Amino acid sequence: MTSLVLEYSRYLMLLIVLLYSVLNLYGLRSADVAWQNRLCRHQMFLVLLLQSLGYLIIYLKTEDLQLVIFYGAQVIVFLVYYILFGLVYRHGSRILISNMLMLAAIGLMFQTRLDPEYALRQFFFICVGLVATLLIPVIIRYMHILAKWGWLYAILGLGILIIVWRLGNTSYGAQLSIGIGGFALQPSEFIKILFVFFTGAMLQKSTSFKQVVITTILAAGHVLVLVASTDLGSALVYFVAYLFMLFVATHQPLYLGAGFGSGALAAVGAYHLFSHVRVRVQMWRDPFYDYDNKSRQIAQAMMAIGTGGWLGSGFYQGMPKLISLVRNDFVFAAICEELGVIFAICIVIIYLGFVLQMIWVSTWMSELFYKIVGFGLAVMVGFQVFLHIGGVTKLIPCTGITLPLISYGGSSILTTMIMIGIVEGLHLMKEKEAQELEHQRREDEEERYEQESRRRYEERRDRYPEEGRRDRYPEENRRNRYPEESEDFREVPVRTRKRPERERY
Amino acid sequence: MAVSYVFLALFLVIIGYLVRFVYVDGDTYRNNAYNNKRLALLEDKYARGDIVAADGTVLATTNVDEDGTETRVYPLSEVFAHVVGYRYNGVTGLESLAGSYLLDSHENPALRIIESLRGIKTRGDTVQTTLDVGLQQAAYNALDGRSGAIVVMEPATGKVLAMVSEPDFDPNTLEDDWDWLVDEESDNSNLVNRATQGLYAPGSTFKVLTTLEFMREYPGSWQKFSFDCDSAYESGDEIIRCSHGIAHGEENITEAFAQSCNGAFANIGEQLSFAKFHALCQEAGFNRKTASRVPMAVSQFVLDNNNSEWKVLQTAIGQGETQMTPFLNCMIAAAVANDGKMMNPYLIESVLSRYGDKVASFGPETMTELMSKEEAAQIGAMMRAVVTDGTGDDAAGDGYKAYGKTGSAEINKDSDTHAWFIGYAEDDKDPSRKIAISVIVEQGGSGGSVAAPLAKKVFRAYFGE
Repeated sequence: MTSLVLEYSRYLMLLIVLLYSVLNLYGLRSADVAWQNRLCRHQMFLVLLLQSLGYLIIYLKTEDLQLVIFYGAQVIVFLVYYILFGLVYRHGSRILISNMLMLAAIGLMFQTRLDPEYALRQFFFICVGLVATLLIPVIIRYMHILAKWGWLYAILGLGILIIVWRLGNTSYGAQLSIGIGGFALQPSEFIKILFVFFTGAMLQKSTSFKQVVITTILAAGHVLVLVASTDLGSALVYFVAYLFMLFVATHQPLYLGAGFGSGALAAVGAYHLFSHVRVRVQMWRDPFYDYDNKSRQIAQAMMAIGTGGWLGSGFYQGMPKLISLVRNDFVFAAICEELGVIFAICIVIIYLGFVLQMIWVSTWMSELFYKIVGFGLAVMVGFQVFLHIGGVTKLIPCTGITLPLISYGGSSILTTMIMIGIVEGLHLMKEKEAQELEHQRREDEEERYEQESRRRYEERRDRYPEEGRRDRYPEENRRNRYPEESEDFREVPVRTRKRPERERY
Repeated sequence: MAVSYVFLALFLVIIGYLVRFVYVDGDTYRNNAYNNKRLALLEDKYARGDIVAADGTVLATTNVDEDGTETRVYPLSEVFAHVVGYRYNGVTGLESLAGSYLLDSHENPALRIIESLRGIKTRGDTVQTTLDVGLQQAAYNALDGRSGAIVVMEPATGKVLAMVSEPDFDPNTLEDDWDWLVDEESDNSNLVNRATQGLYAPGSTFKVLTTLEFMREYPGSWQKFSFDCDSAYESGDEIIRCSHGIAHGEENITEAFAQSCNGAFANIGEQLSFAKFHALCQEAGFNRKTASRVPMAVSQFVLDNNNSEWKVLQTAIGQGETQMTPFLNCMIAAAVANDGKMMNPYLIESVLSRYGDKVASFGPETMTELMSKEEAAQIGAMMRAVVTDGTGDDAAGDGYKAYGKTGSAEINKDSDTHAWFIGYAEDDKDPSRKIAISVIVEQGGSGGSVAAPLAKKVFRAYFGE
């Protein structure tokens, strides 16, 4: 019986995520936020369904009632959050929120399957992150002074990165974290946000060559400190995000070309300078070259994906724990193994929708600071996803980076959620702006209509003075009386970007 | 907006790559030897498929009772025991080598989903091997229970036609016999496949490589080599004796090879650069994990330059610390038969779905050009002399033309030598029809009188009575 349930749920889970990702792409079709938001209700339903199936399997496999309670807690938190967000931010982008919840739900499912203790911690961070996404949009919306502190962000960010580089705990050959109150904090995650704000603020001031040079030197400082801490993945994310932000600010493809050119040179240099870079490249070329030692992880990941195939071995029916660090740096391999490559492709599509939505929100922004910030965050998330998935599947050499929202790691989770909060803030600004515009346009429309009807009334009055005298309120009955003219008077629905929203809950 | 196209492109690359991964690389990684833990898990999902011989004779199949109990049945039991292998307290032989195919299914995916939803285990694919039932049976009968091994290959392709190891076991009753088979007091090691895992001193069969090296180092003068054998060759304080104390007298290299004169080859050994010899042996497959599609133990050739006189002399005649598998020795003989080209051996011919569709097939692959065509012809001529006028005359028979090299490898003073014969034979009517063979009989005595007749039996079985 159990095995049948496992088999059925295996295909059902695939079906759910397929439907979800189709809805996700479908939702990108139109920029009508209200329509998108209605779509998200279906998506939210699918999230809960997937979660239920996942925990059903977990329960069947472990028979641990505590995990059922854990599941219940997740459902309540997710639902309450979703409703609350809808109430607080009527005009928020819910497609971002449902994608965030979907990815977090998949992440929690996998963390529970790998080690419930870590899942519990992950859940704690997710809850904190959810609260953050409720507060941050308001801050972004009203604190315009944020755009003025360019130097402060740079000093703070660079300073902390240098401190971590000199004093941080070394784990897996990289100085990434620093212990604060029992938690191993990974400042390079949070400083991503400072970095984006820094770039935005600096380039908002001016995009003169001099300003660009100053900003680039400071940005390069960030990247170099990260390289020195051997946090290559983060260094790449910062680097690529900076180049795109610079491009958005200046529209100068020359900068982009020069940036990627020097990046390629630096990569070649790093290959010759650092042995750990060579090792990574070697493992990428041949995952079995040092199986008993360094390359076991990537080799196991390859075998996990290969064994999983299209459909996967079924949730909780594979051996993802054979891959070391599977819960953070290699979580995508575990997903491929157990849920299959089709499921994994759906996750890629969800991320795609997620990143595109972030980019589109940014393109609406009129103020350069917000535009840069939005683009920077989108590029960071998108490129991090690319680095993780590409690295785990051996498309590119592995850099050891987390998969946003799915991988275990408090700093990573919180940072991604704060980023989402910021983008929601941008969305809010734009929606308010759009609403005001809309309001203005409606008023104009009404005024025009009134003028028009007065004009016609006066015209009629002049043409048929008797009737005109009789008819004091031409608007009320003009259709019956002058059918040949009614065409001009039919109330054409105002073409708006926003449809009136239906009742909520 | 341009940025969104960049990401669209990046993510499409990922999706395309994932699709390609499953299509192209998936099976390679899945079927990797390191992946045994995951494959073991697949036993819960699939009923192992059949293993069949080249002609379709079933060598292993899974019977499923009405209540779903599975039993693995091996119809030809002991004859194919080692090469087909077993799965009980570990997985060996083809059961392991082809495990990933046997535990994978290429039947209609819709049917598979329906089956899995009905709780029926999917039947794995059928693996068709290169094994020749008649030849295997002949080799099995020839060895007749004596400890040792016989490997037969097709030189032009690298197909393994037969592989027998003795003592054997019955895979059908393995569970009951297990305690007895792994009994610590017995040193029979019935479960070990001596053909691929046994490491033996090659004895005089190694002179094939010594001769090849000599030809390469003295391209102008090797044919003028001559040696006067008085049954004992003295060099410094060391003495190398020919077997049975025979004095071969004045001889050229072909005669020395045919008579397997130890003195002559010890003399040759002294003239060789062992660094180069080491490199040649490495190319032949010693001292490294080769790309061979049939896994085997790593054969060893220890010498390089700066060795003691004794070691040099011993190594040249295949004694000393040199150790090799009968399988590798067969590959070397096959390379001589195949104009010097060493083929990558293989056991799995194709993989068939349950309905007989071919889902994967494997063909000849060249492993290395061990020697040139001329070198192969010259060594072939010497190996021919072994059968016509030398120690291997017992391998000769009607209907085929045999080539070979005997060996009698000393293990210690008290016990008898291991009897070796490596070589090949071609059909009288159709010389391109060849098989290569490697025979070893543990402590059987002299290679010429013990191992060569076994090769003859196999040749006769293949080329007709």
